[in-house]
Amino acid sequence: MNSFYSNIGPRQGLAAWMLSTDHKKIGIMYLAALLLFFSTGTLIGVLMRLNLISPGTFMGAQTYNRLFTIHGIIQIFLFIIPGIPVSFGNFFLPILIGARDVAFPRINRLSWWLYLAGAGLLLASLFFGGGALDTGWTFYAPYSIQTRTNVSLAVFAVFILGFSSILTGINFVTTIHRLRAPGMNWHRMPLFVWTLYSTGWVQILATPVIAISLLLIILERFFGLGFFDPSKGGDPVLFEHLFWIYSHPAVYIMLLPAMGIISEIIPVFSRKTIFGYKAVAYSALAIASVGYLVWGHHMFTSGMSDTARVVFSFITFIVAVPSGIKVLNWVATLYKGSIKLDPPMLFALSFIFLFSIGGLTGLVIGALATNLHLHGTYFIVGHFHYVMFGGMGMSFLAALHYWFPKMFGRMYSERQAKIGWLILFIGFNLLYFSMFVLGFNGMPRRYFDYPPQYFTGHLVSTIGSWVLVTGLAIIFRNLIAALFKGPQAPDNPWGGKTLEWQVPSPPPHENFVEIPVITSGPYSF
Amino acid sequence: METINDKAEEGRSDYKGAKLGMWFFLITEILFFGVMFMLYSVNRSKYPHAFHIAALEENLVIGSVNTIILITSSFTMALSITAIRRGNKMLSSWLQLATIVMACLFLINKYFEWSAKIRLGIYPASPALLQKDKGEVLFYSLYYVMTGIHGFHVLVGIGVISTMLFFTLKEKINSESFVKLENTGLYWHFVDIVWIYLFPLFYLVT
Repeated sequence: MNSFYSNIGPRQGLAAWMLSTDHKKIGIMYLAALLLFFSTGTLIGVLMRLNLISPGTFMGAQTYNRLFTIHGIIQIFLFIIPGIPVSFGNFFLPILIGARDVAFPRINRLSWWLYLAGAGLLLASLFFGGGALDTGWTFYAPYSIQTRTNVSLAVFAVFILGFSSILTGINFVTTIHRLRAPGMNWHRMPLFVWTLYSTGWVQILATPVIAISLLLIILERFFGLGFFDPSKGGDPVLFEHLFWIYSHPAVYIMLLPAMGIISEIIPVFSRKTIFGYKAVAYSALAIASVGYLVWGHHMFTSGMSDTARVVFSFITFIVAVPSGIKVLNWVATLYKGSIKLDPPMLFALSFIFLFSIGGLTGLVIGALATNLHLHGTYFIVGHFHYVMFGGMGMSFLAALHYWFPKMFGRMYSERQAKIGWLILFIGFNLLYFSMFVLGFNGMPRRYFDYPPQYFTGHLVSTIGSWVLVTGLAIIFRNLIAALFKGPQAPDNPWGGKTLEWQVPSPPPHENFVEIPVITSGPYSF
Repeated sequence: METINDKAEEGRSDYKGAKLGMWFFLITEILFFGVMFMLYSVNRSKYPHAFHIAALEENLVIGSVNTIILITSSFTMALSITAIRRGNKMLSSWLQLATIVMACLFLINKYFEWSAKIRLGIYPASPALLQKDKGEVLFYSLYYVMTGIHGFHVLVGIGVISTMLFFTLKEKINSESFVKLENTGLYWHFVDIVWIYLFPLFYLVT
């Protein structure tokens, strides 16, 4: 049977890919773009770390401001937020529910084009009209309205990316409602599908808020409306509210699918069905809904009533509960399982470890008293890198190693992958754990220079960044080599039970010869 | 909800799926406009008196005429869908054309309304406006942004309905397959409903 890579349309080469509505091809293209931007963002991060062991030697302060802004914008808007849904979600969602494609294949392609357009505009904004913006990725007013750097174009690019994200969300939610195979009822869906479903809803309900807020920033810059400008009666804190009403739920757009992948991998490599399927499934919905109501915890020091702060802090603690449920269920799944430490499992286990640290430090800064001490310090930077990179990043790498044989039909060197993982894991903790210590001792984030007592912490962190990049280099060198020279992968190298392992590697056009009829749950080991 | 993979198998479009997707899109539109309505509420409660003064300047006649035009256009839109379901292609086409004409009329009125204001020197960050109370500045900023973005939606609507008219004439939209036109109708009613809220907030409540 022909794999989906073989060309069946009239077009050749790049056009055949760009004009394809096949969810698998779109997923692969997204994956390539994501990895490109991830590498770029990471290299910028390394440059920032380089500055921090010797401020001023390698770059000026303004360059540093621009770098941390671009680092954030690239990693967040071009990598983490689209991240897992557009790549692995696109490729595997239809296969996992036994469908031939998503509900709206042409809208799927449109959302890919919009993503490319957004990315292109963002890159253009770095070089034209005032150059790369220096506002930080949060675009806080009033500075974003005053700075002469090219905020308008960059913000418009993010607006376009938001459009792309909304369309993907609508597409996935509709797909899950309408295209499940016969017998695939809600409680037989793989857990990754549950998290994509929850994520889709967050994309639908949160993204429009940032879209209009960013549009208002652009209009504000061109016409001077005054909504966020106190001299005209506006309120800059209002922008912070609008920004975080989206950007906190966006944290769950990044994390929920990552958790879904862990829920796929843990049962396969413990040879056990998932512990507490329904608890894991519904906790995704719980995170998505409660996560909508906690945005205020980003603004404890911005000026809010005490009542509002107490309420936001309380809900922040509540939202940790479903995350805790997931972690405990994963660990319970491991218990008495027949654990195989293959590369996907190593990444998945490090997700649980790093995400737990990230989550628990989130509670430290979610509490009002400690927040006042730690707000705006490196503690925050450490926290969100543990959650974003330790969480979403590790899960992304886990998914890449788990599904690589299925997506490309090739096998990589497991030994190399494990070496890469170990170096990455060590580098990661050197790099980001130092930030907790630095922040606890009072080092503010986004500063170009610092007093000498913080030097050791910064030095350890920067060395960590070199170790981390070495690990990533080994991992990607291994995968790229496998892409060209790897041995043929079997259909089911890990012994998985979900539908993607029942089709050939790589899957054929339209996924299934005959749509399967589902008679049992997804993890029947 | 039952699964309908058998339908996808037959290569037919999924009617329910298409409607569902459209409703999801409308939810995002509601939130998009919702933020602007929230800005309106926040500022209105902050500057009730200035909002009262500023709203007196609005042209109630043009506003009312536009409301009638838009509601009527929603009616012709709905009729065009019923017509195509009954297989009456020409009637449906005429009704769609009527909808487009009314949408254009709405924008023309809007143009005269805006340009009259701009001639008086009332536009964002204008010297005349900045002399007034802060609340009035924000009222007019909200007025321009909300009616402007709504007007943009009307413009998009004209484009989409024109495309549907083309499809209807080409018989790509017919009594068997009309979900595109129906979804366009949903969009158009949404645009209408937003105006139903904008009209009282800017013209009637003073």
